[in-house]
Amino acid sequence: MSIEVRNISKSFGAFKALDDVSLQVPKGQLVALLGPSGSGKTTLLRIIAGLEFGDPGSGLVLFHGSDVANYRVGDRGVGFVFQHYALFRHLSVFENVAFGLRVKPRRERPSKSEIRQRVMDLLKLVQLDRLADRYPSQLSGGQRQRVALARALAVEPKVLLLDEPFGALDAKVRQELRQWLRRLHEEIHVTTLFVTHDQDEALELADRVVVMNHGRIEQIGTPEQVFQEPATEFVMNFLGSVNVFHGRAEGGRLRFSNLEMHAPDLANGAEVTPLRIFVRPHDWTFETHDNGTPCVRATLRTVNAAGPKVRLQLVTDEGDVINVEISQERYGELGISPGSAAFLAPRDIKLFKDQKDLLATWRVAQDVTVEEERLLSPEGP
Amino acid sequence: MFYLSVLVLLPIMACFFKASTLSWNEFWSAVWTERTRAAYSLTFGASLVAAFVNLFLGLLIAWVLVRYSFPGKRIMDSLVDLPLALPTAVGGLVYASLYVPNGWLGRFLVPLGIQAAYSRLGIVLVLIFVGLPFAVRTVQPILEEIDPETEEASSSLGATRWQSFRRVIFPALLPALITGFALSFARSIGEYGSVVFVSGNMPYKTEIAPILIVARLEEFAYGEATAIAVVLLVISFSMLVLINRLVRWSRRYAI
Repeated sequence: MSIEVRNISKSFGAFKALDDVSLQVPKGQLVALLGPSGSGKTTLLRIIAGLEFGDPGSGLVLFHGSDVANYRVGDRGVGFVFQHYALFRHLSVFENVAFGLRVKPRRERPSKSEIRQRVMDLLKLVQLDRLADRYPSQLSGGQRQRVALARALAVEPKVLLLDEPFGALDAKVRQELRQWLRRLHEEIHVTTLFVTHDQDEALELADRVVVMNHGRIEQIGTPEQVFQEPATEFVMNFLGSVNVFHGRAEGGRLRFSNLEMHAPDLANGAEVTPLRIFVRPHDWTFETHDNGTPCVRATLRTVNAAGPKVRLQLVTDEGDVINVEISQERYGELGISPGSAAFLAPRDIKLFKDQKDLLATWRVAQDVTVEEERLLSPEGP
Repeated sequence: MFYLSVLVLLPIMACFFKASTLSWNEFWSAVWTERTRAAYSLTFGASLVAAFVNLFLGLLIAWVLVRYSFPGKRIMDSLVDLPLALPTAVGGLVYASLYVPNGWLGRFLVPLGIQAAYSRLGIVLVLIFVGLPFAVRTVQPILEEIDPETEEASSSLGATRWQSFRRVIFPALLPALITGFALSFARSIGEYGSVVFVSGNMPYKTEIAPILIVARLEEFAYGEATAIAVVLLVISFSMLVLINRLVRWSRRYAI
């Protein structure tokens, strides 16, 4: 079932949790609501579920095109999975999963043997059929979360809503459950929305990512889109680490830190300032000598070689701190140590104006020429 | 363990020891007369009724204190403990003076045939009064602990509010409810100060066992007094053991 949210706002006292949010989730997709805490993502999820309601007169929630304002949470056909599982402690795993079937009105309630069959099928699906008689207190966090999921699926929801489903688990279990959820979604194909503050989780798992901040949606797109073409500075910042510089474009040249490069078409050569320039740590080419490419000159300060990538921290004479990631291989080739002089050529630059809108994305080819991918004049075309 | 022995076990042992100075026949005739039987059944009966009432009243008050916010909530919260702090004799006196035929409440109730002062009803009322804090204070923290998400989970699975209460909240509260019942019950069995003022202490009618003990003491019949105490002790103890088992059973899911 498709979900549509139209112009929903929600305030808690003076705090605006959601500010005129609109969103469409096509049928069968796995969508992530990504944002820092306090961005309104959980509130949005709870409003869709019917656990919370938007400000009076603020907007609509539509399931499959029809308004669900008058439906209670239990009647919306949603399965909700809570961050802290919210399992019924006094019931066994089996009874937890059976709960939604047992509370159905007598006319709709399946027979005892049907309930048993259905619950056992679900427990097999979440690979917990051998633990059916245990109590939640006897399970690990990951197992509890799977029980919570099976319990939500028991009522055959048309929409599955997960609030930080892996938030309370440790990194390893999280990784496993992530892949497992992706497979499960491919199996049952229920429209699924999940809330997360973990960008890796969102990028790895979701068909589409909704990035939220301060009660507003910053960008909606595929994981590639939001990562490669962030619509705003916030999205750029939130999806992975970045180096930020203040700079200016003037007379067809772009300047930031101690780098100056040819940029004839930027804003048609007009002056643009202030300009914020973002380069991700893995988008630098590290050289130990100047080869003529536009580059930032800096001194290597620290090296952290633990991990798949080597993380370097450098500082320019002007005091700009730059984080760079290079491969272990390249690190071996360079033979550098703290104190080495460095020439850093940016491969991918993103320019933002007024803290917000993406002005341009640049891919700098290795052979000195500057290739412009997309260019928007701040004053319009 | 040592403190427990000195504070609890030693006096109980002394009690048994004193009672054992009586011969079996003396013991039997002290504890098993028509008058003592009436006192036992009144003590346990009234305590049981009071504990049951406190079970519901305690749940109700705890529910209101936890789930609702209203002006004066904190004052009401502190008021709950008042029966613990107040000398219970004061409670008994107040109840008695309220319900006597020309008391504030008695002047309306007595014409209706409700005789609360110097009656069994009066005993039950003061026992409710002294036991209430136990019932409220055992349930309240558990109710506070219940995650609102658990209820939301229940309603998201289609349960009505009543189903959520019966299937989710009530089982979670059950151990606390039973404990509260037991504490209030135990408190009531031992209650003396308030009852002595409100009951009128008429043998066979409104005389409870603790009063009987004091009556025996005043006759310097220490052996008989402790004999009755021993009977009270044994019955109370076995009931508390039973209730403890019930609590353990109701918490079987928490390992």
